[in-house]
Amino acid sequence: MSNDAISARGDLRLTRITKSYGDFTAVDDLTLTIPKGSFFALLGPSGCGKTTTLRMVAGLEEPTVGSIHLGDTDITTTRPYQRPINTVFQNYALFPHLSIFENIAFGLRRRGIKDVKEQVDKVLNLVELPHLAERKPTQLSGGQQQRIALARAIVNRPALLLLDEPLGALDLKLRRQMQIELKWIQREVGLTFVHVTHDQEEAMTMADTIAVMNEGRIEQMGSPADLYDNPETAFVANFLGQSNLIKARIEGTDGDNLVIDIFGQKISMPKKRSHAVDNSMYAGIRPEKFRISLVGTPTRGNTLTGGHIEDVSYIGVSTQYVVAMPWGQELMVFEQNDDGVAPFDKGDEVVISWEPTFTFGLRGDEDVDAGTEVNPEEPAEE
Amino acid sequence: MSQKIKDATIPSIPTKARISRWFGRNMLRIYMLFGFTYLFIPVAYTFVFSFNDSGKSNLIWKGFTLSNWQNPCGAPEVCNALGNSIKIGFLATLFATILGTMIAFAIGRYKFKGRSGSNLLIFLPMATPEIVLGASLLSLFLVFKINPGFWPTVFAHVTFCISFVVVTVKARIASLDPRLEQAAMDLYANEFETFRRVTLPLVAPGIAGAALLAFSLSFDDFIITNFNSGTLITFPKFVYISAARGIPAQANVIGSAMFFLALAIVIAIQLVNRKKAR
Ligand SMILES: Nc1ncnc2c1ncn2[C@@H]1O[C@H](COP(=O)(O)OP(=O)(O)O)[C@@H](O)[C@H]1O
Ligand SMILES: [Mg+2]
Repeated sequence: MSNDAISARGDLRLTRITKSYGDFTAVDDLTLTIPKGSFFALLGPSGCGKTTTLRMVAGLEEPTVGSIHLGDTDITTTRPYQRPINTVFQNYALFPHLSIFENIAFGLRRRGIKDVKEQVDKVLNLVELPHLAERKPTQLSGGQQQRIALARAIVNRPALLLLDEPLGALDLKLRRQMQIELKWIQREVGLTFVHVTHDQEEAMTMADTIAVMNEGRIEQMGSPADLYDNPETAFVANFLGQSNLIKARIEGTDGDNLVIDIFGQKISMPKKRSHAVDNSMYAGIRPEKFRISLVGTPTRGNTLTGGHIEDVSYIGVSTQYVVAMPWGQELMVFEQNDDGVAPFDKGDEVVISWEPTFTFGLRGDEDVDAGTEVNPEEPAEE
Repeated sequence: MSQKIKDATIPSIPTKARISRWFGRNMLRIYMLFGFTYLFIPVAYTFVFSFNDSGKSNLIWKGFTLSNWQNPCGAPEVCNALGNSIKIGFLATLFATILGTMIAFAIGRYKFKGRSGSNLLIFLPMATPEIVLGASLLSLFLVFKINPGFWPTVFAHVTFCISFVVVTVKARIASLDPRLEQAAMDLYANEFETFRRVTLPLVAPGIAGAALLAFSLSFDDFIITNFNSGTLITFPKFVYISAARGIPAQANVIGSAMFFLALAIVIAIQLVNRKKAR
């Protein structure tokens, strides 16, 4: 059976995977399907179990519990060299004693392919480094090594390509450039990419589907827009962008909408955007969805009154306001500087308003700070 | 104005201070000069006296000649002894390197019962005084009714070379990034191919270094050899025996040649490494 694994194709399915090291659970009851041909991102803070998950898919680690399928083939215990899966390692792991050409040809040769030149040249052209074929890995810059590691993997045309923080060691500018390039290469070669990152911006720009991971579990999975517009947990709401989470209570329903009480003021939101399990809820609104108006001017949609501007920071395209609300919470508001309206000043009495459909509802027992203390720009641990 | 200050300050440094400052700055160089002189005087002496037109005893300078170098086997027994030493050194190196490398992989890579014990035991021959090791090996051979000679000497050399091989190779294995082997496995290399294509080539410099070390340890061993070789003459034994009646200049030739050979190997390795690093 393990011999056919090498030709297995299809969706990758992880079913109830757990990986424990002694008492410590690195990956906890994780179930995940990665559709064939997609650019899939596994996003989460350092230490949440991303690498461990990838290593189990690659076969470098065996799950304590659970199974892994590629298409219809069970590959849970298949040896790494019998899986049609290749990895771009976090530190590239190029073979220092082999030339770039031989590094790339390594996988082809091991599968008994004699005539490797054409394929190696093609992939070297794809990563735009054909002139480096005879060099040794130590003679290359970080960005070049990164591309060679990618070339070494995709030359095998695996059913699944795993990338473990492939851009983590590059500087910001090169990282942005490589993000676009990786996405382009993925479309070009049409392989399934599983991209691991702790950088939410990177995941959002590149992936078709993102799974947000936290403490060994998947918090939520969906398209970048889904995750951003309708996060299901406080962790997702805070880890992807910023959120205002306001303590609220569900009073009742009104057609397809819920009637919500926020410290005595009534707002409404679509029922289907609430993930609350009882009457208690956190109402979530992204800072750029809020509008600010001076008291007495007309407003639309949901409104919250009694606030005043606490702080103003002008940052070019937008202005960021901190609005202090009567219940003691400070709300974050981003206003585009495109409507010619004079900015508000510190101390102005204001009303905050927004479209009800932008509201998302979280369970009332959530930890509102989850996902805020982790800094996504922090370099990955080794 | 600054000129004035300069003029005023220079003479104010006392000569004594200036001398001590010069010493302070050049101390390392002076130490090195003394150190190298100390180390190389015997080598230089050996080399110079390999050109001595000495006749029987090579203690007093009697004039320059190239004949010793042209005819290194001129002195009776010297090349026979050298041949024995090379043969023993080669075989001991071969066995010690193979066995030592295998032990190094076992200890460095696998967890097994008695691993830390083996780790400690491997140091034992290095710590044991040679005279004790030589004598106990001899009694061991005699217990098994094996007469001292060529093979017992090879065996004895393997026992003490092996520790050095294990330590050297183990250090190399420890510095190996395990992710390289994982990358090989990820790229369709099975366990054997991974070892052959990635592990072994990366550990090879360590193994080569260990083999060189083993050979030089074996080649100039005297104490253990003296116990276990019986009537067999090795090069160190030859030199020791001839010392009483004067070492022939041919011994200086061979000694110098060995020194330059070792030097050449070290320089070659340095050059290769430098080229690789570039
Ligand atoms: N071999 C191991 N032994 C013990 N703990 C491990 C091992 N590998 C990983 N871990 C732990 O599992 C957790 C998840 O690690 P990892 O998957 O590398 O996280 P990520 O890649 O998301 O940063 C970490 O807390 C890490 O310390
Ligand atoms: Mg990681």
